Amino acid sequence: MTTKVQVSAAAGGKTGSRNSVASGVSPVVALVAGWLVPGAGHLLLGKWVRAALLLVSIVGMFAIGVALQGKVYTPNTGEPLDMLGFAGDLGSGLLYGLARLLGWGQAPVLVAVADYGTKFIVVAGLLNIVAAVDAHSLASGRKQS
Amino acid sequence: MTISHFSAVLLFSLFTSIVFGITQRSEPKKMVRFGALCFALFVGGTIAASWAMWLIKH
Repeated sequence: MTTKVQVSAAAGGKTGSRNSVASGVSPVVALVAGWLVPGAGHLLLGKWVRAALLLVSIVGMFAIGVALQGKVYTPNTGEPLDMLGFAGDLGSGLLYGLARLLGWGQAPVLVAVADYGTKFIVVAGLLNIVAAVDAHSLASGRKQS
Repeated sequence: MTISHFSAVLLFSLFTSIVFGITQRSEPKKMVRFGALCFALFVGGTIAASWAMWLIKH
């Protein structure tokens, strides 16, 4: 006996295979590319307008966060909230690596606006994860267009 | 760089709404409508919460 959900999932799986073959991009590649560079997953799938908007939004948000002197979290501080912040920051992919490499966001947060900057950086990472998962869903056929 | 609190709200709402619109809807027209709804709810919710906090204080 199959439920409606199972039938739907099976149909989605078949569609996903077709979409993946049609686009020629593996869902995992779209996911990883989207995580490393904001919008890259959508660009690989030929959706360049969405890719450009995602790039501008996520990089813009990250850049404003850094410009506001927000904090860039580091691993192994031992504080649970810092670990959550680090997980969020890590979502930015190469942007996070660049920030760590250039020493951005290492100054102590002293003013409210800098705290906003910290939140901008974390949310930019989280939004990038959402965008990368969306690229994966498009490549796998779970999301139709 | 320094920006006002309201500018921070507008920028945060704008960028977040764009990503939500693109990722949570399938058709371009629905993406724009959902993004606009998110933006209005972000900004409106912040203003409402600000007034609520002001009323609690006074």
